[in-house]
Amino acid sequence: MSAQVWLVVAAILLLVLVIELMRRQRLREKYAALWLLVSAAVLFFAIFPRVFTKISNLLGFGLPVNLAFAIAVFVLLAVAMQLSFETGRLEDRVQRLAEEVALLRADLPAEPPPDGPVDPDRPGTIQ
Amino acid sequence: MSRPPAVPSPAPSRPRRVLIVVPAFNEQSVVGNVVRELAGSVDHDVLVVDDGSADLTSQVAVAAGARVLTLPFNIGVGGAMRAGFRYAVRKGYDGVVQVDADGQHDPSFVPALIDALAGADVVIGARFAGVGGYQVGYLRRCAMRMLSYGISTLAGNRLTDVTSGFRASGPRALGLFVESYPPEYLGDTVESLVLAHRAGLSVAQLPVAMRARQAGAPSQNLPRSVIYLARAAMILLLATIRVGPSSPRAPA
Repeated sequence: MSAQVWLVVAAILLLVLVIELMRRQRLREKYAALWLLVSAAVLFFAIFPRVFTKISNLLGFGLPVNLAFAIAVFVLLAVAMQLSFETGRLEDRVQRLAEEVALLRADLPAEPPPDGPVDPDRPGTIQ
Repeated sequence: MSRPPAVPSPAPSRPRRVLIVVPAFNEQSVVGNVVRELAGSVDHDVLVVDDGSADLTSQVAVAAGARVLTLPFNIGVGGAMRAGFRYAVRKGYDGVVQVDADGQHDPSFVPALIDALAGADVVIGARFAGVGGYQVGYLRRCAMRMLSYGISTLAGNRLTDVTSGFRASGPRALGLFVESYPPEYLGDTVESLVLAHRAGLSVAQLPVAMRARQAGAPSQNLPRSVIYLARAAMILLLATIRVGPSSPRAPA
């Protein structure tokens, strides 16, 4: 019984966290939707654990926890892959922007010769 | 963003205006010499792409008389070359010769590379092809051999040194590379050849002699060589099953 209470509390905390992040615009909708779904599902099954047991029996799992772990693993795997994909896309865009910056900088009028210590982070920039 | 690639011509052709692109990362001690030597031996514009160096590479290159692109941070040789290709296309060049900034590449071979563009879209200055001496460790050599074998088979043309950064790209190759030069590690050398082959371009090689690098330590120890080998295998494997451009295309 107490395990169920903890689960419900955790699920509610997760929901609140997701909604709060969305409210502060720290979480994009496309990711928020997934986490809302996950926390809603956790909450639902925490309140009605028998439904989960029924589903796991229906799917032929010996123990309901196995279904829970299987789902958790696959959801996390999917999220990790999605994030890798997004990161790759962002890297590519950042790289192309860096190239554009270099090209634009090259078209600026002649830069004064550096005198004094040169800021290593901004080589060749106009001070 | 950038102008569309030139209308593809049916055959490789010798470029009319050639830009020499020198990707450089923290090479302040040698890049000046390389630029001056290039300027002294060939009659082409030289562009140094400073790949986010923390030293005075940009300033030294400017002082030596090169045009310079300064990337805001380090993005790797492939990205630096892509920036160089873009510069070339936007400024009306139709051929690019890549020369490393560490002084390994002998500028006297540049005209021969450009001449060879009349018969192939990409010409590689190959180090193991009989001219001069060039020594690498055993494992690295294995990796290079494997890559060469793989790419040669793919290209239907014997290539002995596909990881060489000394290479010339003709007008048709420029049109391809300006949009989709692979920015990943080894992508700029090996994968770009696969890309060219896929686009129906021809790749040839020209034997060149390499000199000892004027600065910088060659990165060769056992773990690194093993990693290099693994990456090489990975690239070869990926190259054979990949579709389309090597990286997701950002909207123009």
